[in-house]
Amino acid sequence: MNASQQPYGLIAEFSSPAALLAAARSAHGAGYRRIEAYAPMPVEGLAEALEFHDHAISMLALAGGIVGGIGTFALQWFSVTVDYPLNIGGRTPAWPGLIPSTFEMTVLGAALAVFLGTLLRSGLPQLYHPVFNEPSFSAASSDRFFLCIEATDARFDLQQTRGFLEQLQPVKVSDVSA
Amino acid sequence: MTTATPDTFAPDLPSSLGAASRGEGKSMAVRLSDTHSFASISEKISGIVLTMPTPRWWTIAFALCSALSLVFFGAISYLFYEGVGIWGLNVPVVWAFDITNYVWWIAIAMSGTFISAALHLTRQPWGASISRFAEAMTIFALAIAGIFPIIHLGRPWFFYWLAPYPNVMSLWPQWRSPLVWDFFAILAYLLLSLMFWYLGLIPDFATLRDRARSRSAQIAYGLLALGWRGEARHWQRHRGAHLLLAGLAVPLVVSVHSVVGLDFATGNTPGWHSTIFPPFFVAGAMFSGFAMAMTIAVLLRRAFDLGDFITDRHLDNLAKLILAMGLVLAYSYVMEIFMAWYSADRYEVYTALNRMRGPYAPVYWALIVCVVVVPQALWSRRVRHAPWVLFGISIVINVGMWLERFMLIVTSQHRDFLPSAWGMFYPTIWDWATLVGSIGFFAWLLLLFVRFIPLISMTEMRELLAQQQGGS
Repeated sequence: MNASQQPYGLIAEFSSPAALLAAARSAHGAGYRRIEAYAPMPVEGLAEALEFHDHAISMLALAGGIVGGIGTFALQWFSVTVDYPLNIGGRTPAWPGLIPSTFEMTVLGAALAVFLGTLLRSGLPQLYHPVFNEPSFSAASSDRFFLCIEATDARFDLQQTRGFLEQLQPVKVSDVSA
Repeated sequence: MTTATPDTFAPDLPSSLGAASRGEGKSMAVRLSDTHSFASISEKISGIVLTMPTPRWWTIAFALCSALSLVFFGAISYLFYEGVGIWGLNVPVVWAFDITNYVWWIAIAMSGTFISAALHLTRQPWGASISRFAEAMTIFALAIAGIFPIIHLGRPWFFYWLAPYPNVMSLWPQWRSPLVWDFFAILAYLLLSLMFWYLGLIPDFATLRDRARSRSAQIAYGLLALGWRGEARHWQRHRGAHLLLAGLAVPLVVSVHSVVGLDFATGNTPGWHSTIFPPFFVAGAMFSGFAMAMTIAVLLRRAFDLGDFITDRHLDNLAKLILAMGLVLAYSYVMEIFMAWYSADRYEVYTALNRMRGPYAPVYWALIVCVVVVPQALWSRRVRHAPWVLFGISIVINVGMWLERFMLIVTSQHRDFLPSAWGMFYPTIWDWATLVGSIGFFAWLLLLFVRFIPLISMTEMRELLAQQQGGS
């Protein structure tokens, strides 16, 4: 890493979910806003500590379901009334027979929206990220917990922020190169 | 909780396995053994994929299953060359092994995602250690089930005519046919199960990526993990998505097998034309799927020494579910006979009696023994705590469920309204080759799964451990 270059941020390593949660709360309390917390599993309360809310996924599910359902019903309706009208006893085919396919595609539409929405809103797939430059970060998927304060944070100062992180009693604090 | 959690490797882990999981039969909750830490969970489960040398039994089983898979694809290839005449079916029995296998496999596929989704929604922590392989079971069984409706067509290369797509023939699917509903149902269920499975796998792939030693494994798992880094915001969405997909999966499962039931119920063939079919099929599907999950659970637990993740309590709970579903199914059998009598329709009554004392009577009574009588052993606590007995019962149940589908499908067709149109069905070697080969191919897929994909969700195990430590 070029010494004069600004790092991506500072990362502190913790050994338990409780320590990470406490550290995230302190960092947020100290006014840091560009904070990332990494854990090998969901930690109850961690996203709230970072004041993160994303209700878009359930809205996407609703939208996907509506598109899948109405789309499939409309397709069938178009097929039997407009494109290839079927006249059965003077009537077009009864709509209840069109419902099973409509239901299946409603569920599929919602599920696709949830799945793709979750990945895309999280910016995944993203194979490279600066935190991967930290060698000990490979334990973040197994048994270690990390808190990263980005250098773009308004309150970020290499010395002060390092001092702040040290006082949270982490296992260690390291620079993350950009 | 403010104290740092114990985070040491448990070096003597293998010796402590099983012992911790025995004696704690009383509490309803499933506990991981206290020797586990976040590190030991990752070590143990990812180790099966990354560091464990290939066991001898695996190599032998893989060779055998590869041979059976070749039998399966060989039988299908010959079918494509020669046509459905190689099978024993002919008018009046035009649906036989093909559709029996289809219903049997799709039923096995029903409960994997259901187990995992329903237990997730009801916050049953014991679902965590069986959900991953149950979902894998669903996907593999569903993929195999999907082959049968295609190969049972006289002209299988036109199977895509089921899909509504713009074409120059002005051709549309028959929207009101359950066979078209089946197409949409299987498509939705397969894709949803895959997404549900893969979403849960992404963080586990990240663990494998970070722990892998070889470059090829790092690249392969790195690509599969999509760059997952465990960010709190991503976890938040991941969790919400998992819950939503679980909520979508449960009604979907019920609808899919109901549609399979409607494949029969909408026909006017005696023995099929009954409104009880959709719920009856769903109950049967849960039953055989739970049994298959039991078969796989007992084998995996033994093969990879997973007694501290898949505890006696898990098998006990699964056995109770099997028992409950078996009772629902036994009730359905009784109702089927009752409704045949109550309808006062001579063809319905004859079909019911013909099943019990006609030429296929041995199949009927064998299935009653396998599906209704044998599972009653599960009332006994001792039986529920004997893994190999459970294994035996689960195999018997799935044999019985295959016989049930065969009985339902074949006896209804072989003697319907006109005695002059009656006939018998006898399977040929190709019928058997396709059935046995499909089982071999299923096992082949499972064998690959256990070597390349973590067979228990490490994420959910860590969550369970965190809850335990937080609560203690």
